[in-house]
Amino acid sequence: MKKIIDFKVFLNGIWKENPILFIMLGLCPVLAVSGSVKDALGMGIAVIFVLTGSNMVISLIRKIVPSYVRIPVFIVVIATFVTITDYFLAAYSPQIHKNLGVYLPLIVVNCIILGRAEGFASKNNIFNSILDGLGMGIGFTLIIFVISSIREILGNGTFMGKILFTNFNPFLIMIMPPGAFLVIGILIALKQKIEKGKKIC
Amino acid sequence: MLNETNLFFIFLSAFLINNILLIRFLGLCSFIGISTNIKSSIGMGIAVVFVTVMACSISWAVYNLLLAPLHLEYLRTTTFILTIASFVQFEEMIIRKKLPTLYRAFGIYLPLITTNCAILASAFLGIDYKLDFIQNVAFSLGISGGYCFVIIVFASIREEIELAPIPESFKGVPIAFILAALMSLAFLGFKGLFKL
Repeated sequence: MKKIIDFKVFLNGIWKENPILFIMLGLCPVLAVSGSVKDALGMGIAVIFVLTGSNMVISLIRKIVPSYVRIPVFIVVIATFVTITDYFLAAYSPQIHKNLGVYLPLIVVNCIILGRAEGFASKNNIFNSILDGLGMGIGFTLIIFVISSIREILGNGTFMGKILFTNFNPFLIMIMPPGAFLVIGILIALKQKIEKGKKIC
Repeated sequence: MLNETNLFFIFLSAFLINNILLIRFLGLCSFIGISTNIKSSIGMGIAVVFVTVMACSISWAVYNLLLAPLHLEYLRTTTFILTIASFVQFEEMIIRKKLPTLYRAFGIYLPLITTNCAILASAFLGIDYKLDFIQNVAFSLGISGGYCFVIIVFASIREEIELAPIPESFKGVPIAFILAALMSLAFLGFKGLFKL
């Protein structure tokens, strides 16, 4: 018998099935907005909201949607939540909205969200789907936070806009596009190294 | 101000300076996934050029002729994704019926394109920059041409690197990202060319 609420689902998203490092879905926004920690957190929160909301709604309607039209229906649900987020951010935090730019509406085509809708929410009850959305969203946010911290500290000498070092010559390349590719490449290599170590033990 | 140089600038800026893959980071899933061999990269590149130009023109028309006059701009995200998804389906049916050779050449890449964020992004960016129709076509040609060019070059380098001695933990995806970083560095050099 399956439990109605399973907290393992929540932890799964944070580490074991982390969307970025392990499944490697939805890389575009991670690389694009990780130049500053503030923007990255804004993106993370937007993704948590959209993922949780769309997982919840899809899990509610999963029994009444015929399976051959499910993908378009899922996309409309996701697009609705993205539009809500888009207008909400534009009203309450215009600076972050401006910095995120075109990447905010592009959450619609982020593979994580449709992937979770199709792979999890369409098969599980509402509580587990909400937990899954939260877990995956937080897993996404953690990674984007780590990448943006590395990039902002090394590339600009600041963290959340605060100056950390007084006598520091920043590696300008880290906040420019190549830096993003470098950091994610090294992170994935690290993850492969850790997994290899586990297998030998 | 609409003249030929202007169109050329729009094209070149989308093609080189703001390259969709290396500078804007869009369409990376297919970029990393498919670029392991040259042949499929060429197929994907051409399919993307074809679909982007058509889809951008259609969504430009939908936005400027339907949504803007009715003040329904907030439906932009929903309409665009549905327009592009149904357009790709429609196009797939027509190509399969009328041009079977082309269909075989595109293979699985056509349906994959629906989830390619590069296409939706070029539709959005064309609207955000307030381009007119002809400029929009030049812009989408530039974006998709840039995609096609970079994915083919990248795939050729990746095929070579298969044989190179690289550290164990960097094998596969990580080395591809490091490679992308170096190419992106090269493309940053175009930044001084001119401004859009």
